[in-house]
Amino acid sequence: MIKDRLSGNEAVALAMKSMNMDVMAAFPITPSTEIPQYFSQFVADGATETIFVPVESEHSAMSACIGAQAAGARSCTATSSCGLALMNEVLSVASSLRLPITMCCVTRALTGPINIHNDHSDAMGVRDCGWIQLYAENAQEAYDNYIMAVRIAEDPKALLPVMVCQDGFITSHAVENIILLAEDEIRKFAGFYEPENYLFNSREKVAYGPYDSPVYFMEHKRQQAQAMIDSLEVINAVSQSFGDLTGRYYDLLEAYRAEDADRLLVVLGSTAGTAKQVVDELRKAGEKVGLIKIRAFRPFPVQALVQALGNAKIVAVLDKSEGMSANGGPLFADVCAALGGRGPRLVNYIYGLGGRDVRPLHIKEVFEHLKDDIEGKTPAAKTAANYRYLAVRE
Amino acid sequence: MSDMLEIRWHGRGGQGVKTAALLLADVAFNTGKYVQGFPEYGPERMGAPVTAYNRICDEVIRDHSNIYEPDFVVVVDETLLKSVNVIKGLKPEGAILVNTDQGPEKIAAKLKGYAGKVLTIDARKISEELLGAYFPNMPMLAGVIKMSRVMDEQVFLDNMNISLKHKFASKPQMITGNMKVLERSLGEVQGL
Amino acid sequence: MKHKNVEINEKIGWRDISVAGHITGGGTSKEFHTGDWRNLRPVLVLEKCKQCLLCAPVCPDSSIAVTRGKRQEFDYDHCKGCGICARVCPFDAIYMEKEVVSDD
Repeated sequence: MIKDRLSGNEAVALAMKSMNMDVMAAFPITPSTEIPQYFSQFVADGATETIFVPVESEHSAMSACIGAQAAGARSCTATSSCGLALMNEVLSVASSLRLPITMCCVTRALTGPINIHNDHSDAMGVRDCGWIQLYAENAQEAYDNYIMAVRIAEDPKALLPVMVCQDGFITSHAVENIILLAEDEIRKFAGFYEPENYLFNSREKVAYGPYDSPVYFMEHKRQQAQAMIDSLEVINAVSQSFGDLTGRYYDLLEAYRAEDADRLLVVLGSTAGTAKQVVDELRKAGEKVGLIKIRAFRPFPVQALVQALGNAKIVAVLDKSEGMSANGGPLFADVCAALGGRGPRLVNYIYGLGGRDVRPLHIKEVFEHLKDDIEGKTPAAKTAANYRYLAVRE
Repeated sequence: MSDMLEIRWHGRGGQGVKTAALLLADVAFNTGKYVQGFPEYGPERMGAPVTAYNRICDEVIRDHSNIYEPDFVVVVDETLLKSVNVIKGLKPEGAILVNTDQGPEKIAAKLKGYAGKVLTIDARKISEELLGAYFPNMPMLAGVIKMSRVMDEQVFLDNMNISLKHKFASKPQMITGNMKVLERSLGEVQGL
Repeated sequence: MKHKNVEINEKIGWRDISVAGHITGGGTSKEFHTGDWRNLRPVLVLEKCKQCLLCAPVCPDSSIAVTRGKRQEFDYDHCKGCGICARVCPFDAIYMEKEVVSDD
């Protein structure tokens, strides 16, 4: 056990280095820039054998990863915001080719208006691209998730690319305490990458990415969908063995003081930490509040969520991106779909867009609104509607 | 979280404010604390006002919001007193440390309305005399240790010695110079 | 077409179809008879052919094989009848004729 203090970006770069990736292809964009920056330093220092490919765009970064991974190389990249949007086309190529590429998405608002700060609109914009998405609360989780991501991705039952999301600046640029694994432990955990089919296999020829006519396309999509369904189990199994190694056990979601709570939040990312502190504070005052932190957003952990929300009277789903659906954010839509009209009442808050700071007092405000909702009062949210905004000037 | 220490740094782009906050996180980490050190990013230009934060605690820190009611404020560039409300939210039982060649009384007069302790240090003088150039980081870092009493001064110096040896492995003259800056700075905080 | 000894055809279900459409084993395009697409058919007039070989490299379907410096007969299983070979031939040794429907 190595105690250290690192920023989220340093931690992820270190995880990538420790795994001795074959290829990293990246193009810089705030706030993920530091990851390829630290990484290229490792390469320059001879601390890793990875081939670093400085490309001319994010589209090329992902394309290079696809080519490398198809050839049989363990590949990775990192990006944010518009960079991820530019990758969009090839993200679906990576997942449909079933290439277990891993990526760190350092989440940042999608322009526009132009903004470099954190929200989840970039990651949410690619949520349907067939990548597994894991969200991290802090630097430790970004590091741990990244190490697990490689094994999850490469598991024959999954064979899907994995995106490890962490909050731009909030965790990417904040130095925090972290517990690291020794490099040999990580390499042992990640194992040797030996895909069943790869282009550089001299013993057996293989063609990747043939044209798929309508008589075959749907069967391949159904197969890919099954991989996403099966990856729930894979994530659990890999997380279990990571827990056995480190003592840090992760589930698809984390239920925090949720069991007997009448009011619950559902959140992603760093807000969970801030909210846990508020939950503790309110619990001390006798209030039955709790929260659910979604770790795996893709695949969406329906069963675990239904179980975790079971006893609450009302649940506020916090979306750090505006889905522009006129019906709430993307996380809200998935939670609604998971519950299918059963269970507690669901309300949605759009919050923290473009770096709007999420303070404990905002989280308290949500819990107060929920109390009003339960008691049937005109809520302080100024609306009885289920689709609300938090901390926006009226 | 009552024993949580929260510090806000004010400076200008290029003055190493983020680095100073990260150094404080480093040295607190080395003494076994839980730490956070993070900048507040804006338009990143040389000279633009910059804010950075530290949380230091004996327990795990989960709050990921900015700091609004700091225990201590550090002002690395005194010209900011004119343009930035550096005492905003600062706890009256806390303190503010300003890099200036003026004494605490004169600075206190400029910080109308702040009832807490006003400390000053002439980081420019110390840095220029001992290093031959203006690096306000190290004097301010020592000043924060003096102001906040977050750790024993000798423990601080010992830890910094280790950090600097690591950082300046190829420039050993920087180690002794910076150590002298730290030692002297601990003794030159005014208004305690 | 086969993938790891599994016959891939239009009846195969999603559980059995090759992952992501990967195709193992090389040269599988041989099995795809694009010659069926042809409505004009190139015909080689051997006595006019000087074996200059201008036709072989321009064929988009690699349907003019060259062996020991000499072009061979058209590969009618794969020739789509585009006519480029006839166009480039300086000796009028290739002409296009209407594809005939064979009786068999």
